[in-house]
Amino acid sequence: MVAASLGMAVLGCGKGSAASAGPSGPAAANTAPEWRVGAYLSLSGEDAAFGIFTKDGIELAVDEVNKAGGVKGKPLKVLYEDDKSNPQEATNKVLQLIDRDKVVALLGEVTSSRSKAGGIVANRKHVPMITPSATNPDVTKVGPFVFRVCFTDDVQAQATAAFLVDKLGKKRVAVLYATDDLYSSGLAEGLRQELKKRGGEVVAEKGFLKKETNFTTYLTELKDAKPDIIYAPIYYNQMTLIARQGKAAGIKGDMFAGGDGWDADELVNDAGDELEGAYFTNFYAPDVPWARAKDFRVKYNDRFHHDPSSNAAMGYDAAKLLADAIGRAKDDSPDAIRQAIQDTKGFEGATGSITMDADRNADKPVIVVQIKGKKFTYFSTVHDKAGAAGAAGATSTTLPAAVSPAPPGK
Amino acid sequence: MLLFWKVWGALETGLAQGAMIALVALGYTMVYGILKLINFAHSEVFMMGAYAGLFLIGALGGETAPIVAGIAGTFGAMLLAGALGVVVERIAYAPLRARGGKSANARITPLVTALGMSVLLQNLAQLLFTAQYRGYPRLIPIQHTRQIIFVTAVLVMLALQFLVHRTWTGKAMRALSMNMEAARLMGVRTSRIIALTFITGSMLAAVGAVLYCLDQSQVYPTMGVTIGTRAFVAAVIGGIGSIPGAMLGGVLIGIIGELTKLTPYSGLQDVLVFTVLIGVLLVKPTGLLGKAGIEKV
Repeated sequence: MVAASLGMAVLGCGKGSAASAGPSGPAAANTAPEWRVGAYLSLSGEDAAFGIFTKDGIELAVDEVNKAGGVKGKPLKVLYEDDKSNPQEATNKVLQLIDRDKVVALLGEVTSSRSKAGGIVANRKHVPMITPSATNPDVTKVGPFVFRVCFTDDVQAQATAAFLVDKLGKKRVAVLYATDDLYSSGLAEGLRQELKKRGGEVVAEKGFLKKETNFTTYLTELKDAKPDIIYAPIYYNQMTLIARQGKAAGIKGDMFAGGDGWDADELVNDAGDELEGAYFTNFYAPDVPWARAKDFRVKYNDRFHHDPSSNAAMGYDAAKLLADAIGRAKDDSPDAIRQAIQDTKGFEGATGSITMDADRNADKPVIVVQIKGKKFTYFSTVHDKAGAAGAAGATSTTLPAAVSPAPPGK
Repeated sequence: MLLFWKVWGALETGLAQGAMIALVALGYTMVYGILKLINFAHSEVFMMGAYAGLFLIGALGGETAPIVAGIAGTFGAMLLAGALGVVVERIAYAPLRARGGKSANARITPLVTALGMSVLLQNLAQLLFTAQYRGYPRLIPIQHTRQIIFVTAVLVMLALQFLVHRTWTGKAMRALSMNMEAARLMGVRTSRIIALTFITGSMLAAVGAVLYCLDQSQVYPTMGVTIGTRAFVAAVIGGIGSIPGAMLGGVLIGIIGELTKLTPYSGLQDVLVFTVLIGVLLVKPTGLLGKAGIEKV
């Protein structure tokens, strides 16, 4: 893999120097023959599946860009660092990438806790960072250099509430979430507020610790409250356990709903039967009917021989958007790249049309995915503003979450 | 009435959970009883036991012959974990014991080595098996695992009680924990008994690991940490070095944990568990069933 991408880099470089006037940019820091981009991801540890798929997506995007001649005549070179699913390590790796490797921009992290940790450093050092999939609202609030290509949990919670109440008519919701996790507790809080606005109610609520494995007592408590649906915005590892123990407690699969943290093949492999019919909000599903998504799925399958996960698609979009922004930047400095990312409008990615809003969050569609026959299948698009209008000039930040009907055949 | 059934259900789950924690706690307490060493690598032996069980049950045709594969897999995992326990002891602790002698840090050095062993095994697992979370095949419906866990744990503990109090080996173990020098003078082959202690403890951990994974957990390299901490606390609450103490401590922790889940403060489970630990130690520094021994100098 390393050899392949190196070869690609050399190839791209040769092409580039023939085409462009040569790398005589104004910024002294950028005399390197390539665009060095740092990617810090959880390549091992508890969230390894997320990190590894994101890396696959990034690699696919980078090879594509370099095959087409690179950006401004120079190839992209991504330096990967493994933060072992640990926030302290994320901070260290970001420092290393900036100070030692002199990267012009950063990609990462997949989860909110670590993206925030890394983002603080990136912002202080004035290096633009794009997180592919950290959805907690606080992540991009650390400063002007931190962006995301995903929606925030606020938007996700709104979309979920709209979907559960308006679309499914499920008003009595039970919430099960990890108290010591930024992502999980953020979504739970968001849903709590949104439900109230839409006339739904939280009938029971249970918080647990992220390392918990025994959910029997929690699940029977929630079941006793007779909810219409149980909202469990947590990561796939624990969801597997909850689904299995839920079945034992007599809770059917379609009683569960969740968020983008569910997206990992492990979930359907280990608990697909238990979760038959469950819904979750997400960025992407392999069968989502967008032109770029179809294209991406084919390319990804050619290379990795399985369907892309949502993380792979987000990694791909983050890298593509970054390459696009570097190309649009006035000069090679991190400040110019930052401004170019900020100015992104209507970027067509595998996960829909992305417009960067003033708070550096992506304004993009939220889709609902259903688990059917051990597969993630596209169900409907819940929140889609940029896509519906076609032109992406949206500047208002009010979010009327429109519920669009499911495509025929579902 | 509803509350009664809720509490009853939580007690049932807590008892099973506690029995499992106790199985792991026994390993800590037995080794401590004899060597005065806190074997931090024990939680990693537990994790390796879980992996051994996973692979063996898979190889024996997990879902087609669940009972045979389950039982044979558990025994296989016990053997492998026992072997690993002895290897850890022989590689890391025995040489230190031989050389440490009476030096001032005769206690600290093995302790740090134990921590090192724990990190080493964890990383080794990550290297060998990757960090991926793996689920056990569903051998038995989860509805019944709680009962099976409880029954198995009780049987295993009875067997342990028999081993320690009714056999020559057990007598030797108890002798070692009283005074190793004297036991050696009386003709007990201390190094063999220490190895046997590690084997027993590791086997119990493997039983705990297989039950734990069948019931509620996936298998991954850092899985030992959570249960290891709980088990260690259980051993200390019960009185480290005391076998019935470890059982009592495990069950207590299991039940406290489950009862907290009924309250709105379920996120504070650990706070409660550790408050109990501190409370117990303040009132009885040796733990609930621990005996204050005379320190030899």
